[in-house]
Order: sequence, then structure tokens, then C-alpha cells
Amino acid sequence: MPVQYYIFLSVVLFCIGIMGVLMRRNAIIIFMCVELMLNAVNLLMVAFSKMWADAGHVDAGAAQIFVFFIMVVAAAEVAVGLAIIVMMYRNTHSVDINLLNRLKN
Amino acid sequence: MGIQQILFLVLAVISVITALGVVLSKSPVSSVLCLILTFFTIAGHYILLNAQFLAVVHIIVYAGAIMVLFLFVIMFMNLNTEGEPHKRNWLKYAGAISGGALLVVLVAAIHDTTMPNLQAVPTDVGLIENLGKILFSTYVAPFEISSILFLSAMVGAVVVGKK
Repeated sequence: MPVQYYIFLSVVLFCIGIMGVLMRRNAIIIFMCVELMLNAVNLLMVAFSKMWADAGHVDAGAAQIFVFFIMVVAAAEVAVGLAIIVMMYRNTHSVDINLLNRLKN
Repeated sequence: MGIQQILFLVLAVISVITALGVVLSKSPVSSVLCLILTFFTIAGHYILLNAQFLAVVHIIVYAGAIMVLFLFVIMFMNLNTEGEPHKRNWLKYAGAISGGALLVVLVAAIHDTTMPNLQAVPTDVGLIENLGKILFSTYVAPFEISSILFLSAMVGAVVVGKK
């Protein structure tokens, strides 16, 4: 099976995530689309790890360790980001990002 | 067409459809449920790619922790009843067109490349024994630093949430 299949799948998932970030106004949905993009990159990295292992290299596990660290960073990011969203909801009683334009003028 | 390719196609179709469901669904709760399904199909892809440890960690971390946090926040704020405020339509089209343009550019750049095929034979790279040896020998310093990152994120979340 060509490794391009996995590249195409990752590209499609990544672009769906970008479309979600650009189209939606709900801060939580935008945050979930960021998670989707992170997962597209992780999938690509695991596919390349398999390709590297098939080529006979012994250090193919490094890519999977990198994916593991990306998961760690994503979990930390979600904790802080959701705290910020909750604080924003307390201040404005909405999660609409268009209300956050106080730096505009 | 081998069994691996059929499984890949089924999982890929489900993951793309549920990813579209995340973006297009009206209520945030169904978005979260679609995203959980997407994560499960991605875990299936990991198993197909012989990354068994990552598949299990992916399910535990994402479906077990992160999405529960999302659901908790959504239900806590009671966002499901009110609809999203109306957005100007041309802005939505502009977002969709720019995302689609990026998709076209990336696919056009990739589809002429030649890359080796993935073999159907399993590799033991993704087993927990090998990954643990790598993680605790070569990458032990980033591992310890990531624990500090977690601690600071936890403190930051509490500080931001208490205000």
C-alpha cells in the first residue's frame, strides 16, 4: 500500500481542521479543530515511522516518541485553553470570538 | 486489494466524514461526539501501522481525558440550547475556499512524488518494550521536561480558572 494514501488522508484532515478554524465562531469548536489538525500531523508521523521501519532502520521508534510528546503538549494545551474559554465565558457570557475585539481600536 | 487496504479505506472514509461532521454540525455536543469517533478511527489507523502503544495511549488521552474535558465545559456552560449567532455568509465561503485551495495545492504537490510502499509484514517498533527503551534512554531529558510542562500547565489552569 503506497504511503501516499496516508499523506492524502492527513492532508484532508488537516484542511478540514483549517476550514473549521476559519468558518466557525464558537471558540470551543475552533479549539476542537486545532486538535483535529494536531491529530492529522500525528497520523502522518506514524505513517512515516512505519515507512522508515520497513526500510530497515533501527531508529524508527523516534517518530513515535515524537508523537507521544505531541500528545503531551496537546493535553497541556487543552487544560490551559479550556480554562481561558471558561474565564471568557464568565466575563462576556458567550463563547463567540467576534465579541473579543477590544484590541481593535 | 488486500485486507489492509480495505480496512484503510473504510477507516479513512469514516474519519473524513466524522471530521466534516465536527465542522458542519450545529450543536457543540454533536461536534464533540463526531470528534471522538474521528479519534477512534485514527487509533484504528495506528493499529494498522503497527503503533499499538500509541493507539492505546491515543484512546486513553484523547477519548478518555481531553474530550471528556470538552464535554464537561460545554455542558457546564449550557451551550447546547442556544444556536451559534449568524455569521456573514461570504466569510464562511471565504474560509471554505481558502481551506480547499490549500488542499488542492498540497495534493497537487504530493501526487507526483514516488515513495516506497508500506509492507504488510508487521514490525515490532511500536511495541511498548521498544518504545520504552528509546524513551528512557535517548529521550529521558525531554520526558522529564514534559513533566515540568504538565506541572506548569496545571498551575496555569488553576490560576486562570480561579480569577
